[in-house]
Amino acid sequence: MNTTEPSARTRNETAWALVFGAWLVASISALGALFLSEVMHLAPCVLCWYQRICMFPLVLILAFGLFPFDRKVSRYALPLAVTGLLIAVFHLLLMAGVIPESIQPCTRGIPCSEKTIEWFGFVTIPMLSAVAFSTIIALLIAAHFRSSK
Amino acid sequence: MKQKTLFTVAVVCLIAAFIAGVLLYASQSSHLSEAKRAVLMRADAPSEGKAGAPVVIVEFFDPACGTCREFYPLVKNMLHLHPTRIRVVMRYAPFHNGSDKVVAVLEAARKQGKFWPALEALFRAQPDWVQNHTAVLDRVWGHLEGLGLDLDKVRADMNAPDVTNVIAQDLAAAKTLNVTQTPEYFVNGRPLPSFGWEQLQDLINSELHATR
Repeated sequence: MNTTEPSARTRNETAWALVFGAWLVASISALGALFLSEVMHLAPCVLCWYQRICMFPLVLILAFGLFPFDRKVSRYALPLAVTGLLIAVFHLLLMAGVIPESIQPCTRGIPCSEKTIEWFGFVTIPMLSAVAFSTIIALLIAAHFRSSK
Repeated sequence: MKQKTLFTVAVVCLIAAFIAGVLLYASQSSHLSEAKRAVLMRADAPSEGKAGAPVVIVEFFDPACGTCREFYPLVKNMLHLHPTRIRVVMRYAPFHNGSDKVVAVLEAARKQGKFWPALEALFRAQPDWVQNHTAVLDRVWGHLEGLGLDLDKVRADMNAPDVTNVIAQDLAAAKTLNVTQTPEYFVNGRPLPSFGWEQLQDLINSELHATR
């Protein structure tokens, strides 16, 4: 038994917990998105769909990275999470009116600049999405540095 | 091992929370809120059936929608079975491209007392005047001949401000009621639990039973 092994094991366990946290956030977000569209029948706009395209696969990719634990999982999951965050930020700017209406890529049925939900006066769907993607990115970066080289 | 247990517990909890949410939401939304009830009816909307009928079906429809076309005879049949107990109120939800013009034609036909024959003719000929999910107004006129409609008057009326106003009002109501697809039905103010002919039939039957 060499002396660094227990420490490497703990480091890997912490990394596992961080990836597990990221998976949990992704799963809650994916189920939440499904709840909004399938149960509350709020039709997702085009930008929402692009964010879903980034979020849904994370549930599966991160789960497969957990069993057996693959410390390279961040490498595969981060590009999706970063893309999702960029789209969410674009969506937020569009809603805030920073980006003009004319360049919004949405059909007239469901404009992306429309707020379908406003909880407590400030929580909107793209805001939840941006928070979720940021959390996942932070957890995955932490997991990457925690896992033993 | 501990990790697998944790993961399994998390999966079970997430699924349970989702199902609980679905059930909770369903129990809360079987009736419309006051604000939504207020916009459900439009007094001058085209309707069929006895005025004081206990079961009122409000249908949001688009003449260019294929499912509306398929549901039409089914609802009509329901009305024939219970002519004194059911009333159907039609409201416009022109979601297809170009179908706002066709809805305007229907509303103009209604002014001549020909809403139902015009609607039936349009549904029958739908594959001809709906091309690639777009309503083509030029192809509509031919199908309205022989109904006793004054088509010149229809052409003039369809752009009248009151017609435009009616369509805008129905679209606003559709938005308030979260109607995003057609046909959408409300039976005595109750929305369909999920979309389908059987669900609609069940809802109508339960309201017929409740008001007996």
